[in-house]
Amino acid sequence: MISLYLFYFLSFVAILSALLMVFSKNPVHSVLYLVMTFFAIAGHYFLLNAQFLGIVHIIVYAGAIMVLFLYVIMMLNLNQAIEPMKSNLQKLAGIISAGVLSLVLIGAMRTTEIKAAASTASEIGFVSSLGKILFSEYLLPFELASILLLASMVGAVFLSKKELD
Amino acid sequence: MEILPHISINHYITVSILLFCIGVLGVITRRNAIIMFMCIELMLNAVNLLLVGFSKYWGDGNAQVFVFFIMTVAAAEVAVGLAILMMIYRNQHSSDIDVLNRMKW
Repeated sequence: MISLYLFYFLSFVAILSALLMVFSKNPVHSVLYLVMTFFAIAGHYFLLNAQFLGIVHIIVYAGAIMVLFLYVIMMLNLNQAIEPMKSNLQKLAGIISAGVLSLVLIGAMRTTEIKAAASTASEIGFVSSLGKILFSEYLLPFELASILLLASMVGAVFLSKKELD
Repeated sequence: MEILPHISINHYITVSILLFCIGVLGVITRRNAIIMFMCIELMLNAVNLLLVGFSKYWGDGNAQVFVFFIMTVAAAEVAVGLAILMMIYRNQHSSDIDVLNRMKW
């Protein structure tokens, strides 16, 4: 029963802070609310017994990506005063279309029958079992991911140069 | 149907759908390019959460490896995307995407 309460608490925190992220006018507050959402999602991963992904999620998202966002926002000196906002009519249209999309998706979920699962092993999310899959079946994608990261690093350095000639 | 005691897979699908739609809402209603970028990250995370939920449901570790690769690609995407946004800001002196309408018909 405690896992159910934990699930509802984490989902509530995730959805509430995601909504606050979208609706807050100050970009720095948006980033901090998104960090809160990411911590709640990491809590979901721990609840699902995926420890490796939970820790990697905290390190990569909350630790690296959001710090990068915060750094860029502070460097560009974005604040509430110069924040561009859409008109209320456009906002209302956006809220209605996103709500309709969620209704369609939830309706599709309710009418879909998912096959009953086999009995689940509990240690699939551990580092040892994930590492075995990653370094046997997915060795080539793993190496390609390193090339992708190198290419993106070169691209970011190239794009941020002052003079592009 | 249950992955954890009292929690079915439909619970996780619902949470993922709601998070994804909040991301869509942000992309539609905001004009600041950086906030839109953050909403795209939120949508990626909604999909990741669903993948991990189904991984637990089927007892299959491949989905978690996929999530790992999605995180890698997201990190690369953020590095390049923020560099592009910096360049746009340097040229336009604004992070408002409605300023970038030169390719509009």
